[in-house]
Amino acid sequence: MEDVGQLRSQLLAEIASAGDLAALEQVRVATLGKKGRITELMKSLGALAPEARRAAGQVLNALKTELADAIEARRAELERTGLETRLATESIDATLPARPEPAGAIHPITQVMAEIIAIFGAMGFDVLEGPDIEDDFHNFTALNIPPEHPARQMHDTFYLATAEGASKLLRTHTSPVQIRAMQALKPPYRIIAPGRTYRCDSDITHTPMFHQVEGLWLDRATHMGHLKGCLIDFVRRFFEVGDVPARFRPSFFPFTEPSAEMDVACAREGGELRIGAGGDWLEILGCGMVHPKVLANVGLDPEAYQGFAFGLGIERAAMLKYGIPDLRTFFESDLRWLRHYGFAALDVPSLVEGLSR
Amino acid sequence: MKFTLSWLKDHLETGASAEEIAERLTALGLEVEQVVNRADALKPFTVAAVVEARAHPNADKLSVCIVDTGRGEVQVVCGAPNARTGMKGVFARAGTTIPGTGLKLKKSVIRGVESNGMLCSEREMGLSDDHESIIELPEDAPVGGAVAKVAGLDDPLFDLAITPNRADCLGVRGVARDLAAAGLGRLRAIDTSPLEGGFESPLRVELDFAPEEGAACPCFVGRVIRGVTNGPSPRWLRQRLEAIGLRPISALVDITNYVTFDLARPAHVFDMGRLEGDLWVRLGCGGARLAALDGKQYELDDAMTAIGDETGVLSLAGVIGGESSSCTEDTTNVFLEIATFDPVRTAATGRKLGIETDARYRFERGVDPAALITGAESATRMILEFCGGEASRLAIAGAEPDWRRRITFRPSKIASLGGLNLDPGTSRRILMALGFGVEGEGESVEVSPPSWRADVEVEADLVEEVLRVHGYDAVPAVSLSRPEEASACVLTPSLRRAGWVRRALAARGMVEAITWSFTSGSDAALFGGVPESLRIANPISAELDVMRPCVLPNLLRAVGRNVDRGIENLALFEVGPQFADDTPEGELRVAGGVRRGSTGPRHWAEEARALDAFDAKADAVAALEACGLRTEALQTKRDAPGWYHPGRSGVLALGPNTLGFFGELHPGVLHEMALEGPLVGFEVFLDRLPERKARKGRARAPFKVSDYPAVERDFAFVVDDAVTAAAVIGAAKSAERKLITEVTPFDLYRGEGIAAGKKSLAIAVRLEPMDHTLTEAEIEAVAKKIVASVVKATGGSLRD
Repeated sequence: MEDVGQLRSQLLAEIASAGDLAALEQVRVATLGKKGRITELMKSLGALAPEARRAAGQVLNALKTELADAIEARRAELERTGLETRLATESIDATLPARPEPAGAIHPITQVMAEIIAIFGAMGFDVLEGPDIEDDFHNFTALNIPPEHPARQMHDTFYLATAEGASKLLRTHTSPVQIRAMQALKPPYRIIAPGRTYRCDSDITHTPMFHQVEGLWLDRATHMGHLKGCLIDFVRRFFEVGDVPARFRPSFFPFTEPSAEMDVACAREGGELRIGAGGDWLEILGCGMVHPKVLANVGLDPEAYQGFAFGLGIERAAMLKYGIPDLRTFFESDLRWLRHYGFAALDVPSLVEGLSR
Repeated sequence: MKFTLSWLKDHLETGASAEEIAERLTALGLEVEQVVNRADALKPFTVAAVVEARAHPNADKLSVCIVDTGRGEVQVVCGAPNARTGMKGVFARAGTTIPGTGLKLKKSVIRGVESNGMLCSEREMGLSDDHESIIELPEDAPVGGAVAKVAGLDDPLFDLAITPNRADCLGVRGVARDLAAAGLGRLRAIDTSPLEGGFESPLRVELDFAPEEGAACPCFVGRVIRGVTNGPSPRWLRQRLEAIGLRPISALVDITNYVTFDLARPAHVFDMGRLEGDLWVRLGCGGARLAALDGKQYELDDAMTAIGDETGVLSLAGVIGGESSSCTEDTTNVFLEIATFDPVRTAATGRKLGIETDARYRFERGVDPAALITGAESATRMILEFCGGEASRLAIAGAEPDWRRRITFRPSKIASLGGLNLDPGTSRRILMALGFGVEGEGESVEVSPPSWRADVEVEADLVEEVLRVHGYDAVPAVSLSRPEEASACVLTPSLRRAGWVRRALAARGMVEAITWSFTSGSDAALFGGVPESLRIANPISAELDVMRPCVLPNLLRAVGRNVDRGIENLALFEVGPQFADDTPEGELRVAGGVRRGSTGPRHWAEEARALDAFDAKADAVAALEACGLRTEALQTKRDAPGWYHPGRSGVLALGPNTLGFFGELHPGVLHEMALEGPLVGFEVFLDRLPERKARKGRARAPFKVSDYPAVERDFAFVVDDAVTAAAVIGAAKSAERKLITEVTPFDLYRGEGIAAGKKSLAIAVRLEPMDHTLTEAEIEAVAKKIVASVVKATGGSLRD
């Protein structure tokens, strides 16, 4: 039998000197493999006498375990140094830009409309819509604006080139949806109607198309105090600046009586406009109690039903809240503008998560 | 509507400041656009006396003036020819900014003589263009006093935006009445008592109307005043007219203008010397021409009310007077016209001829029908006072129309409609202060509106009157609670989809635009065209003259504008209406989008790829998926509309229901629109999506997955070019529907090794057994079935 001590030293040296995982595997096979040196020695134990076999077996087993541990230790070391060597060669310039993923944007009109719907929705208003191409009855007559009424001159109406007969027009306000709601639904109800509106006007402060949201609350007991409460609550939530003083001024709309315009307080400092307590007032919307003639025009008994209505310009609301200076830019589709004033796809207005970021 | 504070105070006895008055006016619903005190800009200018004016030693046209400013004597060099010893003028000290020039006045030496200020002309004061001479102030002007005060400029000017219902407040008196009712002073009485006419009017007026046309001019009150002298009107009157932006002309004309603004009572004076015979008022003067006071010629039509004499038409009733009968400096006998004209007809006439006058503005809103005679007396008094002469008795044609009406008013409505608890006495007091008659007591009273308030018709109008005079501020705001029965979702299905689609497309990197609902007829023609009923009769411009039949043309125009700004790659979308006809059903909500250029900018790690139809398909499918549509159910067909590339486009459909289009835009369309590709687009018709079925709850279907390993096998088939991927996929799936969960094409090849007119399409098929692990034999059997099915359906073969 070979000198186990010498064999041990030799094999441990071979393990220690294995330069890579492949060399180590060769050593392992040559040592502990089926025909490895230790395996062969173990096989030769059978030839020994029982006592000598037991003693030699113990020695060999201990050596086998020691060698196996040494191989594993060497393997771990080689793996570690190998990884270190690899990592030392692998490197990127992390300052390079990542692959582009162009960000989209939501138009501020869409966003502000969603904000307005979130606020009124929480007050129990349902959203209704009506057609952009209206008839004279819904846009004017039913709203107590008879032909030749001076109020019609306040509306520069686009007419469609319809043949003789019922003339069609582009709605000049969202108020015709009030009429459609009253014709279709049975009070009580609270509705808002956002949408596109059109007037034949184009200058710094007018575009031929713009957006409004109409509101209507009809039941048997709603009065001007409710109108004020509802709209004051709305502007406070909408502008998100804590206290927004508001005032109601008497005004005139053919389809409401009494009628009012609502102003919110603002401050003008250094050419900048800030909504909230300040020395100035800004008109924000028109409103009033539904005119009894309007109720009668759709077959509702004005003695039984009453309620309030309002109309709000969406672009104006967006301009005031988000500091957008020029109305006309809303419709120019300038990508730079849309990205600057637009909103992220996931910024869905919510009264519990915050109306805006 | 403009007036000055002193003018208002002719009607309102008040100690309130201009600020207090302005605030109250706004609270009353008479919106103050601005209050300007012209004296503010003129503060530094004071009255000075020229103690001595002597010739300048070194200049012929200059004089050297010693001026008493009230704060010492100052030497001033002056270039005006009217500078002379003893006059009083307007002095500006060195350091003053001159409004007319915007320059700061400096102490200077002019041709060797020191000058320490300036004697000002009207131009330097910003009052007129006169700069020849310096202003001469009245002899009694106090030296050192404010010039603005002496010149009558220390009088705040109010500018109100009067709503169309308040015709009465188009006169200063109406405004004063509202303020008095609101407790800001006392309405002064004015003298409207009848004047004794000295003789019968030699001129008659005939209202020449058929009975059904009588409303055109229900009443005409006239009067001759003879022996008048038509010079300039008095200074105060001229100052008031100038303050509100009117040019004083002559006393007679100024008086009619003054009455128009003072009492909202338009008036007219004819020069009797230029009239022939009696006057008539009638319709049916179509074709007649009038040389009007604005210097223009107008041709009448039969629906216009005209006033004329034996020679023909003299004026357009209620709109504008004629040149031929107008008053001049030589006028000695005049005929005064105070009448009422039909608001609608007056408005139509003015609109048709494009004439905007202060008279038309008032007549079309309604002039007090009961104030003809009192108005005539007021105007006559002024004429007699300023022009002298002798007045005839009134010549009255027609009669005051019946304007009286009664409205039942329940004071409790102030609370039930107005939300304000107000004692009935206050309501009564307010109504009476506004000129309303109130009869009766208790729960229900009878209210008669005054003649000047034709706008008050129903009880709600009375509620507004009481509330606005008492103040809207007093109405307590009541917050609303959400009703128990409020909807769980407040949006309509269509709006919900619109929201999902917008957010989904934006999340895909597209930017939302909002473009006009109109487009140009020529662009519309490229996208299917529009019926005549969608042509706008009065477009704002030729580029926006029809309702759009498709959302793409406006988006493409927007792309073009952005490309012109140097943005080569962009993706825009819009969710909005397109129009098939002018009915509500013809309006369809569409999500449309366009992408231009390549998948992205040049990048160090990744090459950008030119966009193709499948980028647009991905957008369209994403939009449909966002709406909750199961896209497996979706079919892709050919034959997208003509604005798409005929071979590189598709139609997305659910059976016969077309949900959308996608593809490359047609090169011919791009050429017409001067656009360069790559440009791809899509349209998805949100209103055509099937309604979601009502669900009982929100529980999902049970989660069932296999515990056994899935197997994937690849197949390549050689098929005719015309065979679609959908046909291959469908055939493969049908081979073993339960087992096959996914069929995905992963390679498409044409060229060497594949016969012309054929292609190789490779698919990956995924098998998911639910109850045991598939054996090789089973897999082989399924593979055979798949091959057989595809070969049978497509006529193709398995690729070697």
